[in-house]
Amino acid sequence: MIFSRRQFIRTGLAGGALLSFSGWLNAAGARALSAAEREMLAAVCSAMLDGALPRDNEQRRRWLALTVDGIAGEVAGLSLATQKEVGELFGLLVVAPGRLVLAGVSKPWREASVVDVSEFLQSWRSSRIGLLQGAYGALHDLIFGAWYARSDTWEAIGYPGPPQGFF
Amino acid sequence: MQDPIKLGLASGWKHIDASTLASGQTIETDVVIVGTGAGGGVTADLLSDAGLRVVLIEEGPLRSSTDFKMREADAYPQLYQESGARKTADKAINILQGRCVGGSTTVNWTSSFRTPAEVFAFWQSQFGLRQLSVESMSSWFAVMEHKLWVRPWDTPPNPNNKLLATGGEALGIDIGHLKRNVKGCWNLGYCGMGCPTNAKQSMLLTTIPAALDRGATLYTRLRAERLQVVGSRVSALDCVALQADGIHPAGKRVHLRARHFVVAGGAIGSPALLLRSGVPDPHRLLGKRTFLHPVVISSALMPDRVDAYAGAPQSIYSDHFLHQAPIDGPLGFKLEAAPLHPVLFATTLQGYGEAHARLMRDFSYASVLLALLRDGFNPDSRGGQVRLGGDGLPVLDYPLGEVIWEGARRALLAMAEIQFAAGARWVTPVHEGTTGYTSWPEARKAIAELPLKPFICRVVSAHVMGGCAMADTPQRGVVDHRGRHFWLANLSVHDGSVFPTSLGVNPQLSIYALIARNASLLAAELSGRPAPLIP
Repeated sequence: MIFSRRQFIRTGLAGGALLSFSGWLNAAGARALSAAEREMLAAVCSAMLDGALPRDNEQRRRWLALTVDGIAGEVAGLSLATQKEVGELFGLLVVAPGRLVLAGVSKPWREASVVDVSEFLQSWRSSRIGLLQGAYGALHDLIFGAWYARSDTWEAIGYPGPPQGFF
Repeated sequence: MQDPIKLGLASGWKHIDASTLASGQTIETDVVIVGTGAGGGVTADLLSDAGLRVVLIEEGPLRSSTDFKMREADAYPQLYQESGARKTADKAINILQGRCVGGSTTVNWTSSFRTPAEVFAFWQSQFGLRQLSVESMSSWFAVMEHKLWVRPWDTPPNPNNKLLATGGEALGIDIGHLKRNVKGCWNLGYCGMGCPTNAKQSMLLTTIPAALDRGATLYTRLRAERLQVVGSRVSALDCVALQADGIHPAGKRVHLRARHFVVAGGAIGSPALLLRSGVPDPHRLLGKRTFLHPVVISSALMPDRVDAYAGAPQSIYSDHFLHQAPIDGPLGFKLEAAPLHPVLFATTLQGYGEAHARLMRDFSYASVLLALLRDGFNPDSRGGQVRLGGDGLPVLDYPLGEVIWEGARRALLAMAEIQFAAGARWVTPVHEGTTGYTSWPEARKAIAELPLKPFICRVVSAHVMGGCAMADTPQRGVVDHRGRHFWLANLSVHDGSVFPTSLGVNPQLSIYALIARNASLLAAELSGRPAPLIP
């Protein structure tokens, strides 16, 4: 599996074969996330944020949607070169071959369980391939950044927010 | 709270937000300064004081206390390179660097140190910089300390900093109280998001307003693209306007002609501008030897609340581990505390899912130490290299080799021991391969064997130095001791990129003092007045 992944990365990322799927950028700049990207990110968020997300299903869906919105906002604040890289990562994950071979997730993202996605995150986190470790880091930082930027997540961690009233 | 920037703009300061330009422009002036951080700010102040017409070019936006809401969600995208997520090419090191008027001085944590004597000595012996010493620079340090209110900080340290003092004292490790460039500081703890009370004496509030009061022109949202070189002189600077988002080009260009050009875009931006411009570099030194003070991190949980988001971010430090070996031996490191805010902490912390959520629930009990490794002195510590990406923008390679990891391991051990000695109930290196330790003996054994490699061990940086190093000859430097380019007569580099090594201290005061000297020499030359009598 590791061998096939590495091969995939070489032919995919370095060779650029699959990148044509992902065309994140166009002349007008960053576009909005596609429905497929939102679905993938919601699945990744539910594993990354497990333990922080509410248990109630409806609430959970609402918070996931807000977090995905937050990720889109964060990506728009990166340089164009980095936006392109993030777009390539998202583009690879939403196509079935990318999901299957790179992430090792056999079900479509909307059907993948927290356990399935956690295994994928762990495999990238502990991968021997720097590109995958870096991609895990990007997902980690984007998702936790989007989550804890929101003031309604602060109560759970005992952070009162910035001082107010004297300005 | 009065906003001095808003008042200045109302009084008629010449500020042009290039994202609003209706058409391209051609400007003629005495001196163009690229960058408004520590180097560009001091230069603008001194040159405008000498009666020179000055134009400042800044890629970021002009933001001021009215905008500083102490919220990470607002501050990082507005005030930092890549929204605070600038990274090395391989993504293994995250770099915090300002991108706004005032540069990193607008968002730094105010810690102020003079360049250490042993660093000047190394520069003298290795780079022939005999003009720079503790003695020759002392007046320049004194001037800038006075001007920017660099003073001892008398308020008691917050618990996060106190921990470093308590642990250090218990173990017989030297600690010190650092100086800060603040005036009437409220001790809020949000320096990293722009000072909301105008206490931090950054370039945004000091040198840049002084230059604007004297008629200097400030362009924001304008990216310096290329210096035009004719013979041995720079004839012009071409700039591209950015849209209001600060990311996409707006399609308008600004062309600036001047007698002299000062590059002060920081140690990533300055070498990149010179590389794009194809300035002479026969010895292939440009962009090389870029230093980061690579930082490794140790997080502790204390029995009582720490609330590390509140109070001056840094007030205690230890240089104990900088003095255990010769400067060119195994890497020494400086210890400091780190302020914690939810996004900064959550994104830095290892792990995901329930394990991460559990650590975050203890946020207010967390205390974090940083070890800044002193790179660039050991012969095997040659730093990184700035090169140009496909879009012409800078990319930084910084290989993390064995000499760094050897120091990192000693640093993680030292920090864990200090944290346990201060009463920590749990300590973890920020590292993907551990869930932390509950005692020093356990930590000592485990950290000694922890695999230290890129990605699994978190490495960050807030100090970028080098890439346009100064030296006595063009064989070993890009500029001379005055920051003058060796090949182009009317080009100077005035920022942290001129340091031939790292410093082992937070760099702002070293930049202020060196650039005060160099800008004073330049002002004298350009205005035809005698050079200042400070040595």
